[in-house]
Amino acid sequence: MLTTFGSFVLFLRGMVTRTERFRVLWNRTIDEAILIGVDSVVIVSIVSAFIGAVTCVQIAYNLTNPLIPQSTIGYMVREMTILELAPTITSIVLAGKVGSSIAGGLGTMRITEQISALEVMGINSTSYLVLPRILAAVLMFPLLVIMAMLLSILGGYLAGTLTGVMTAQDYVEGIRTDFIPYNILFALIKAVVFAFLVSGISSFKGYYTTGGALEVGAASTGAVTNSIIAILIADFALAALLL
Amino acid sequence: MRNQHELPTDNQQLTTIMIEVSNIEKSFNGTPVLKGISCVFESGKCNLLLGGSGTGKSVLLQCIVGLMKPDIGSITFDGTVYTNSKIDIRQEIRRKIGMLFQGSALFDSMTVAQNVEFPLQMLTPEMSPEERRERVEFCLKRVGLENAGNKMPAEISGGMKKRVGIARAIAPQCTYLFCDEPNSGLDPATSIKIDELIHEITHEYNITTVIVTHDMNSVIEIGEHIIFLHQGKKLWDGTKDEILNATVPELKEFIFSSSLVRAAKRIDEETEGGMAAFTEESEAGGGI
Repeated sequence: MLTTFGSFVLFLRGMVTRTERFRVLWNRTIDEAILIGVDSVVIVSIVSAFIGAVTCVQIAYNLTNPLIPQSTIGYMVREMTILELAPTITSIVLAGKVGSSIAGGLGTMRITEQISALEVMGINSTSYLVLPRILAAVLMFPLLVIMAMLLSILGGYLAGTLTGVMTAQDYVEGIRTDFIPYNILFALIKAVVFAFLVSGISSFKGYYTTGGALEVGAASTGAVTNSIIAILIADFALAALLL
Repeated sequence: MRNQHELPTDNQQLTTIMIEVSNIEKSFNGTPVLKGISCVFESGKCNLLLGGSGTGKSVLLQCIVGLMKPDIGSITFDGTVYTNSKIDIRQEIRRKIGMLFQGSALFDSMTVAQNVEFPLQMLTPEMSPEERRERVEFCLKRVGLENAGNKMPAEISGGMKKRVGIARAIAPQCTYLFCDEPNSGLDPATSIKIDELIHEITHEYNITTVIVTHDMNSVIEIGEHIIFLHQGKKLWDGTKDEILNATVPELKEFIFSSSLVRAAKRIDEETEGGMAAFTEESEAGGGI
């Protein structure tokens, strides 16, 4: 475990020493941002909208006390979405989609000697292949989380009003009650940390793949599993430290 | 066996020792794979690392190009020590290296032309896009693929992939060309064409070429300097003209395990010199 962590630290250090030219890195980062960010918009939209909807309906189902105002449902949907569901669930979904893609891509490049080809050319392969992926993830995860927050709250609104569990006025009143802007910042900090963990761990697993196609599959699985565990541990640590 | 610093008499004015390998040892999990290998590779020649499977040829090649670090020993490129040197020196040498991998190692996401252009983009930022385009066209034409530039690697044959790999290797005007089993997975006719292409390029640009192979066809086609490895040791080195008369038992066993070579040897003995005619014929393009 300690050896692996040490290797991971050395891997990250190798990525930032002898970096390629800025223009190369910029172009690569934009390419990766499209793959990581733009290509994930649909899945993140679907997941976040439905999570917001389900959260709203389930809170309404549990809040049967007539003394609690209906607007509380909107308030709870907002708080849960911003503090936990949008950053964490979105990152877990992205760990599955982006993490497996990064690990599979790098693993395939490793076993087909494409990474060796870069090294022989005198190119720092970690800087060329991994740094843009991590930068793109750190850039795109917060944007996707912001989008997830909006769609989740919108999903809650639609579910609440269309199923008749509450009025639109109550929901809007609820989501405007006791708003704390710091919670948005907290969610974005979580998104950045999760982005680093998902992209870093997945790159590490993919980059050091050895063997053949079977091992590439194992690297992808390992990348997703380890990323999700790391997200959950970091989620707890950040909540304990920053709230 | 020739002394490692002694150069051949023919083409003496052209050949220089460009790569010197001294006492390389490499082990994996305590199992020695390379056992004190020393050899030299000369410029303008096709240097072959010959041996059966598992004899350490590819490991030696990877140690030379820097993909693996030898446990003991040193590698010198044109007088500059490569092993254990500073990263800047290693980078400088690596940028003179072109390599053709066993599986070609083309970048899947790029077209053939983009693959060839890639090292130019990365290593020679001073080149204008127009100059790069011209160089790519030249290299693709040189390997006979001037019409395949827009194809993806998945759309071309194994032989074409090897050609693209060669074009990519020579695009930045490399000084050293390393080929890891360039004929693996190719039919005999395509193998001969790839061998000829490597041979022509080596002489045309006076490149120091090192080829890992176990293919006796390649030995007879382009084996200007052959190093025979067996169980991690260098047992013999010489030329293709000398190899059939070598007295090293392991080398003889390796060479004459092929029925084709046995037949050729028998003809040679029967006709007193038939083998020479045989190799001349194969050099002329007939192949085996």
